[in-house]
Amino acid sequence: MMPSEILKGLSVTFRSMFRKRNTVQYPEEKRPTSPRFHGRHQLNRYPDGLERCIGCELCAYACPADAIYVQGADNTPEARYSVGERYAAIYQINYNRCIFCGLCIEACPTRALTMTNEYELSSPTRQGLVYDKPDLLAAVPAGAKPPPHTDATDGPPAIARYGPQASVSQESVEPVWALLREQESRQADRELPADEGVAK
Amino acid sequence: MADKPTTVKITIDGQELEVPPGTLVIRAAEQLGTIVPRFCDHRLLAPLGACRQCLVEVAGQRKPLTACTTTVTDGMEVKTQVTSEVARAGQEGNLELLLINHPLDCPMCDKGGECPLQDQTLAHGPGETRFVETKRHYQKPIKISETVLLDRERCVLCARCTRFSSEIAGDPFIELFERGALEQVAIYEDEPYESHYSGNVVQICPVGALTSPSYRFQARPFDLSSADGVCNHCAAGCNLRIDARRGMVTRQLARDNDDVNEAWNCDRGRYGFAYAQSPNRVLIPHLSEDGKLRTASWSEALRRAADGIRAAKGKGVGVLVGGHLTDQDAYALQKLARVALGTNNVDARSWSEDEEGAAAAASVAGRGPEDGMPTYRDLEAARAVVVVDLDPHEESPILWLRLRKAAMRRGVPVVAVGSRPGRLAEFATVVATRPGGQAEALGRLGRGDGDAGKLLTEGDGEVIVLAGWRGGATGGLAAAARLAAALGGRFAWVPRRAGDRGALDAGARPGLLPGGRPVGDAAARGELAEAWGAELPDGPGLDGPAMVAAAAAGELGVLVLAGVDLHRDHGPRELAAQALERAFVIAVDHEVNDTTSQADVLLPGVVHAETEGTFTDWEGRVQATHRAVPVGGAAQEIWDLAAQLAARLGTDLGFAGPGLAAAELERFRKRPPGAAAVPEPAPPAVPEPAPPAVPEPAPPVHGAPTGRVAAGEDGGESLSTPPSSGAGEPENDGLELVTYPLLLDAASMLARAADLNRETPGAFVELHPDDAGRLGLADGASAEVDFGEERTARLPVRVAPTVAPGCAFVPANQPDLALGALLGPSPALRVKVTAVEEAAA
Ligand code: SF4
Ligand code: SF4
Ligand code: SF4
Ligand code: SF4
Ligand code: FES
Repeated sequence: MMPSEILKGLSVTFRSMFRKRNTVQYPEEKRPTSPRFHGRHQLNRYPDGLERCIGCELCAYACPADAIYVQGADNTPEARYSVGERYAAIYQINYNRCIFCGLCIEACPTRALTMTNEYELSSPTRQGLVYDKPDLLAAVPAGAKPPPHTDATDGPPAIARYGPQASVSQESVEPVWALLREQESRQADRELPADEGVAK
Repeated sequence: MADKPTTVKITIDGQELEVPPGTLVIRAAEQLGTIVPRFCDHRLLAPLGACRQCLVEVAGQRKPLTACTTTVTDGMEVKTQVTSEVARAGQEGNLELLLINHPLDCPMCDKGGECPLQDQTLAHGPGETRFVETKRHYQKPIKISETVLLDRERCVLCARCTRFSSEIAGDPFIELFERGALEQVAIYEDEPYESHYSGNVVQICPVGALTSPSYRFQARPFDLSSADGVCNHCAAGCNLRIDARRGMVTRQLARDNDDVNEAWNCDRGRYGFAYAQSPNRVLIPHLSEDGKLRTASWSEALRRAADGIRAAKGKGVGVLVGGHLTDQDAYALQKLARVALGTNNVDARSWSEDEEGAAAAASVAGRGPEDGMPTYRDLEAARAVVVVDLDPHEESPILWLRLRKAAMRRGVPVVAVGSRPGRLAEFATVVATRPGGQAEALGRLGRGDGDAGKLLTEGDGEVIVLAGWRGGATGGLAAAARLAAALGGRFAWVPRRAGDRGALDAGARPGLLPGGRPVGDAAARGELAEAWGAELPDGPGLDGPAMVAAAAAGELGVLVLAGVDLHRDHGPRELAAQALERAFVIAVDHEVNDTTSQADVLLPGVVHAETEGTFTDWEGRVQATHRAVPVGGAAQEIWDLAAQLAARLGTDLGFAGPGLAAAELERFRKRPPGAAAVPEPAPPAVPEPAPPAVPEPAPPVHGAPTGRVAAGEDGGESLSTPPSSGAGEPENDGLELVTYPLLLDAASMLARAADLNRETPGAFVELHPDDAGRLGLADGASAEVDFGEERTARLPVRVAPTVAPGCAFVPANQPDLALGALLGPSPALRVKVTAVEEAAA
């Protein structure tokens, strides 16, 4: 073997010695992740504190690793957690199983589930890697009230407060709506029992 | 016949097909595997054409037609969405229209994931919506009954629910109101939608407009693991789909079986599953120690049970078999009694039966549809059906549906004989009798007396006689069998509970071995003795009530109670308490109740969804039910427990592995050929009225005990003297008590079925209008009912013509009055009903 070849090889070593180092002293020093890094999930809230998650289980359905467990339940006028009729009474993500593929995020119809950049997920026990709803919920926005809300004090959630604007041509249909509302209230007075469940 | 073609030729999407005339195009297309999208079409409901989803192109027609209302004609050329752009565009346009006012809240809708609207929109609908305006909004959901929630926004106005209610169940309480964009399903103003069949509308609603509170938000279809089950609540034999999530049953659906329940079931069968999670469920063996139960290991509990039996066996052992056990359980328990305990004291009946009645019931043992037992389908083809001592709407709801179908659609005359035919009266000719008068009334019918008699004796075809279990005590059962014999018709025994018929076939009777072989028949005994490898006892055994009485008198040392609540099933309470006190009691059950808490040994048994086995319905049809959830706690199958107990007593029942009990039962279930061994109901085929087996209660208060024949809607017609009114009668000398459990009652199997429990009526006393008038009682009034011996109850009064004159009906087991525990089973009592002045309460 020719010495020139040895030098050629060593030149790589020497060059690397003077390159900028990538290594950081991890627990003391941390690097930011890329913005779209798939980290721990988060269950988001509306500005008024209500949960966006409606307990629909679509995330659980989408999950290829069967890492999500959702149990839906009824919102009631006395205890309202989310906007519609349904909320997640139990919401768990099992990080023993999750592969951080993000399919659950895509499935979520309400943008309740997103991923943070938090990657420090470790635990001495398996149980510790099963994250419950409180572990996943975003903080209550400043000034907002944590659920459950009651319709009596917080008002029933109107669609306009949450979704994309309910209508793009509200004015044009207003006369029709007035008629429908009037007829509906007559109908309700006449033969329908009082609302047993949840207002729209 | 010859000139009527039996098939017509049509072409669908270029494929030729021969179908019977009258076939709907949508059905013909199904035969080719082409599913035309549909919402309102349902194979068991009349065609309506409400949703317009099933558009197809038919050659020669200017516009597309709805395939679900168009019948085939010879040479018809149909093009479905597969080959026709017109059909495809029509279907797509219709879906777009349906979705205009649809809230699209699939993520929170219970139907999401199994929704025909979702599926068909995906398959046939437009990819994008063009709708930008505001959608219609309604309050949601509205509770239209305890078991049904309505979300009007989601309704596609297919009228399946309303048609089911009016066509199938005959409860037209749910209807379509208004028109156009405002059209909606609703209920009538002051009539609640109360139906035993309401769960079916939830199942057939093609969208999530009708949902059930018990399943609301509980699961998604992909969460569920399903098992094919058979209902354990009554002897109708409905096929179920049991859906479970995380080891718990979340819902039960009716599974299609056109031979049995078609596509329906009743609410009790649908929603009565939550008792498995009852706080009273027992999951570990218990022993009594110092008067209290303490937990024990299986081996300790079984050892104590065996020791107890050995110690007290000298005084005799009795085995009571519950009414909701599988056939295998009943078989194992009777084998335990006969082989390991050496006694014929084994019975699944909680009621007493006269000898003839028992013989009549025994005549069906070991026979199924293939041995000539009448079936559901036969009911629709019969010349007439006689229903004796049975209120099928309460006691066998799917049988009621089939009878209604036979009567309303096929024009089969139905004659109801008994003291309370209930909703049979809507379509049946009622022959009202007082308890004990059935035999005479049936005798008259057999001779062709009256309109009802003519219905039975004239015309072609065969008469089917269905006799309820209650007939065993009134003479109705034996007389029904005689009537069937006299008319050359067929006879079936319709018990109340799901396990009753299987227990009869399996030999859980003091006088019957499996397959209806009489205990007294030495050859039959020899056959089984050889197969079982044991000497069989030949002495007669005690029946259920006799065993309890003997135990209470201290004459029976051991009672084995398998799924039997002595207090409710074998009251009165004092008798049951005494029996529990004096005998060594081994209880096998799924719950701690007044009875099992008094047991010396309590062994946890499985519940319905945890078991593998078969149930035999009233037709004698054997159907398998499968395990849907893992066995709870340390519970065990009851046949297995019987085998283990026998093993502790040193006897091998031969049920070492699963399937062995089943296989052995199948070997002996059938009635052996050569019916010599079959006890015929005596006297055989006597058309003359036999004297009523139960002595007629003495004074014929209102003329003849046999009352009126109310012929359906159009008034009544007298078979005999109608109850005379007034003239020299004693004012209030009592009415005859009629009692049996309603469909919705305080049964332990309805524990935690919250919706049903809310719908369960409290106890009441029901009187015929004549009696009510005489006693000055109006509907809704309050009355004091005196059952004698200082047993009284204050009950609300209902006045209904469906209870026979001279009778008072009180349900047997309501939450506020457990009559069984008060009076004991099938009491023949005269009760006094007196009005009480209601203080302003
Ligand atoms: S990121 Fe992927 S694996 Fe993890 S919970 Fe979501 S869908 Fe499941
Ligand atoms: S996170 Fe989203 S997808 Fe998952 S249950 Fe909640 S709303 Fe449904
Ligand atoms: S409630 Fe359901 S079944 Fe009834 S009409 Fe509406 S969509 Fe049809
Ligand atoms: S009719 Fe009888 S078998 Fe059918 S679901 Fe109801 S209780 Fe069960
Ligand atoms: S399915 Fe034919 S019109 Fe509804």
